[in-house]
Amino acid sequence: MNATTVNRVPRQARIPGGARRAPARRVERLRAALCFVALLICMAAADGSWLRSVPPDYHSKANPLAGQPAAIAGGEVLFADRCAKCHGKDALGRGKRPSLRSERVQSQATEGDIFWLLKNGNLRRGMPTWSAMPEPSRWQIIAYVKSLGPESASAPGKKPRQEKSK
Amino acid sequence: MNFPTSNRIALTTRAVLRSILAVCSLLFLFALRAAGQEPPYFVTYSSALEEPGNLEISLKSTQASPANGNAFLGSVLELEYGVKGWWTTEFYLDGQTTRNDSTLFTGFRWENRFRPLLREHFINPVLYVEYENTNTADRSLLEIVGHDSVADLAIPNSAARREIEREMELKLILGSNVHGWNFSENFIAEKALNESEPWEFGYALGASRPLRLDSSGKSCFLCRENFAAGAELYGGLGTTEGFGWKATSQYLGPTVSFGIPRGPTIFLSPQFGLNDNSAKVLFRLSVSFEVQQVGNIFRRKNQ
Repeated sequence: MNATTVNRVPRQARIPGGARRAPARRVERLRAALCFVALLICMAAADGSWLRSVPPDYHSKANPLAGQPAAIAGGEVLFADRCAKCHGKDALGRGKRPSLRSERVQSQATEGDIFWLLKNGNLRRGMPTWSAMPEPSRWQIIAYVKSLGPESASAPGKKPRQEKSK
Repeated sequence: MNFPTSNRIALTTRAVLRSILAVCSLLFLFALRAAGQEPPYFVTYSSALEEPGNLEISLKSTQASPANGNAFLGSVLELEYGVKGWWTTEFYLDGQTTRNDSTLFTGFRWENRFRPLLREHFINPVLYVEYENTNTADRSLLEIVGHDSVADLAIPNSAARREIEREMELKLILGSNVHGWNFSENFIAEKALNESEPWEFGYALGASRPLRLDSSGKSCFLCRENFAAGAELYGGLGTTEGFGWKATSQYLGPTVSFGIPRGPTIFLSPQFGLNDNSAKVLFRLSVSFEVQQVGNIFRRKNQ
């Protein structure tokens, strides 16, 4: 008979009732800690953490096509073709996809920030990279999105989705 | 009713082709949407992955009349799905028709592409892993590796379909986007899993650019912005026992894509053989449909 055979005692017999509850408590604590970490991650995602990743030279970039009616019209066509399916035709968000008329996109994010996001995407959170789209087209989309204005300017009754995934 | 084996195969093939045609017709009706930002390549992969949640359905065909064999039409149905922003999966069904010979289903492929770097760089690598189960009658010519030669295309279907190839294919895809231009380079390594053959190597290079870099803002049909043009060069690089581009096929050709507004994208390319081991010319045609956010079809509207 070897040592392995000697130690082969049913687990429940080895652990008396009180001691058996201790690991269960530990598991509960671990679960609570994991939930807390998950909550922190969600909060980090909800506050538009991608904005903090934008390098300063992109942050200060200005849209060369800003305010040009032809660029906005071009951006509208591109937006309908490439962006509307996720962000909605009115850019107010769809499903888990965020509104592009939120305070964050319309006021906090500069045109350069959005340009950086279109170039790099946010691949972990489902935003694809649009680097294959030529730069002038990307600036047209930004001109169009900025021309929409914040959500308060949208039709009453339709509430925009909060930006969570980007 | 008992049909001879060859008739049964022909009937099955026809039924499969009819089903594919029916599916594609339905998709054409319901998925009126242009394809994504893919450059107009047939063999070369770019670093652009499918957008998450989108399903792209492509029908690709390759037609050639090799000097020493019968003319053929190789066809591939591709289903490409964006699983994550960094992961695309794709399933292929291959078939072919050879004049004075037969029409047959030649096998399937399943590939996955992963983007290891999540930010955009000057050169963007993508890792490609494919399992393929095809017979040697396959005429899709989606890659040229090892010592692939025009002589392989002359083998009658009855003989070629008996040899099944189960292969693992690895690719390193490098892609760059500079001032509207796309440059893509693929390095291919392929290994037969059911035979003791050496590793086979190949390459594919592509460069392309849209004819117009911005949108005119109009919904026009023949606008320059709906077109992209470029060139593609690809071929074999031998095996571990004999590396190099001799005794293998090499092709070069211009490529054009036309994105029909609110419709499919059409890709077209004549590709010319650069040596005696290549067919003189391959005519390639592809039609791509993209179903955006395919999961939404099954969800409530107005969500």
